Amino acid sequence: MTKESDLKALMTASLQGDSNAHRSLLTALSGHLRSYYKSRLLRSGRPAEETEDLVQEALIVIHTQRHTYDPEQPLTPWVYAIARYKLIDHLRRTRTTTADVPLENAEYILASDDNAAAESQLDLAKLFERLPERMRLSLQYVKIDGLSVAEAADRSGMSPSAVKVNIHRGLKILTALIAGETKA
Amino acid sequence: MKTNELISMLSSQVDPVDTREVVRNVRIAILVGAAASLLAVVFVLGVRTDLNEIHAQVFLIAKLAFSLSVVILASHYLVKYIRPGGEFRGRFALTVLPFLAIMIIAAISLATAPRSHWETMVFGSYWLECLIAIPTVAVVPFAAIMSAVRLAAPTDLVRTGALAGLVAGGVSATAYALHCMDDLLPFIALWYGGTIVLCTVAGAVLGPKLLRW
Repeated sequence: MTKESDLKALMTASLQGDSNAHRSLLTALSGHLRSYYKSRLLRSGRPAEETEDLVQEALIVIHTQRHTYDPEQPLTPWVYAIARYKLIDHLRRTRTTTADVPLENAEYILASDDNAAAESQLDLAKLFERLPERMRLSLQYVKIDGLSVAEAADRSGMSPSAVKVNIHRGLKILTALIAGETKA
Repeated sequence: MKTNELISMLSSQVDPVDTREVVRNVRIAILVGAAASLLAVVFVLGVRTDLNEIHAQVFLIAKLAFSLSVVILASHYLVKYIRPGGEFRGRFALTVLPFLAIMIIAAISLATAPRSHWETMVFGSYWLECLIAIPTVAVVPFAAIMSAVRLAAPTDLVRTGALAGLVAGGVSATAYALHCMDDLLPFIALWYGGTIVLCTVAGAVLGPKLLRW
């Protein structure tokens, strides 16, 4: 598991706009978040499928609220506070009776795989359809099909800078859509 | 959606962010709220006319010392509480100190006065005006502060809301002190202290509703 000092160094770099540090940070944190949520959901008698939804929701919050981190303070309490807040929010939102949760859940959770390819119940394709076309195409070509910005520009007939702007805006809107979706 | 897809999406084109902005927003909101309260008191209620007298100046300073110490202490903690996990660093309970101080001073002044004066010392002449004016004038600073706090991400909504109410009440009492003619320490303790507490309770109740994210 990654140490506080490593995580904090990644956060400091990511706050200055370092994408690679940001990716490493989110990847490292997703592991911590997954084990945190897995154990908390188990303890509250909730289905394990909700783990990945919460992990993703927390990652989105960590991303969109990174300006609320105080660089003079340790990072772990900040992440923990967000994770806990989202957990409480989730439990409150989805409160049902806990009587129908069988005890066999425990084995099920221990057996489940712990890797970053875990999937949430969000359907990205559906969210994509709600984006304006230019943003959707830019994201599709560059982020999903893995084309370069120049190739995407050629294929879509947009200028390379327009592709970049559309990716940027599209990501923002998509993040907001995902955040809205996980709330619903 | 796969989590690693989400991560690559979130980490393409990461913008640099300013981590001091959330605190700056709250400070600006407090100043804007203070300016609005001052304007309301000066133009609607009017500044007391006897400010050239020493007696009036002394009590104005006493009122300001109380209300400003509330504002300074509460805003010091508010800017901690607006960040996730801020509740682990702020000492909410310390905000009670100015109230404790004014209550002790008021009790001493009551103890040294004849019993027949107590009623006047507690109720003054305009207690009702004070009771209505301070919470009313606090509405604008409260709204300004809450909208700035919403741009951050507090995780203890009750206490963050309470602190926002406390700052707003303190700001409002500071402005109202320029108008208020009741120069009695027990009056200040009860009506200034009481109305500020009222604003704090309102903030604590509204916090979870207004600050959810």
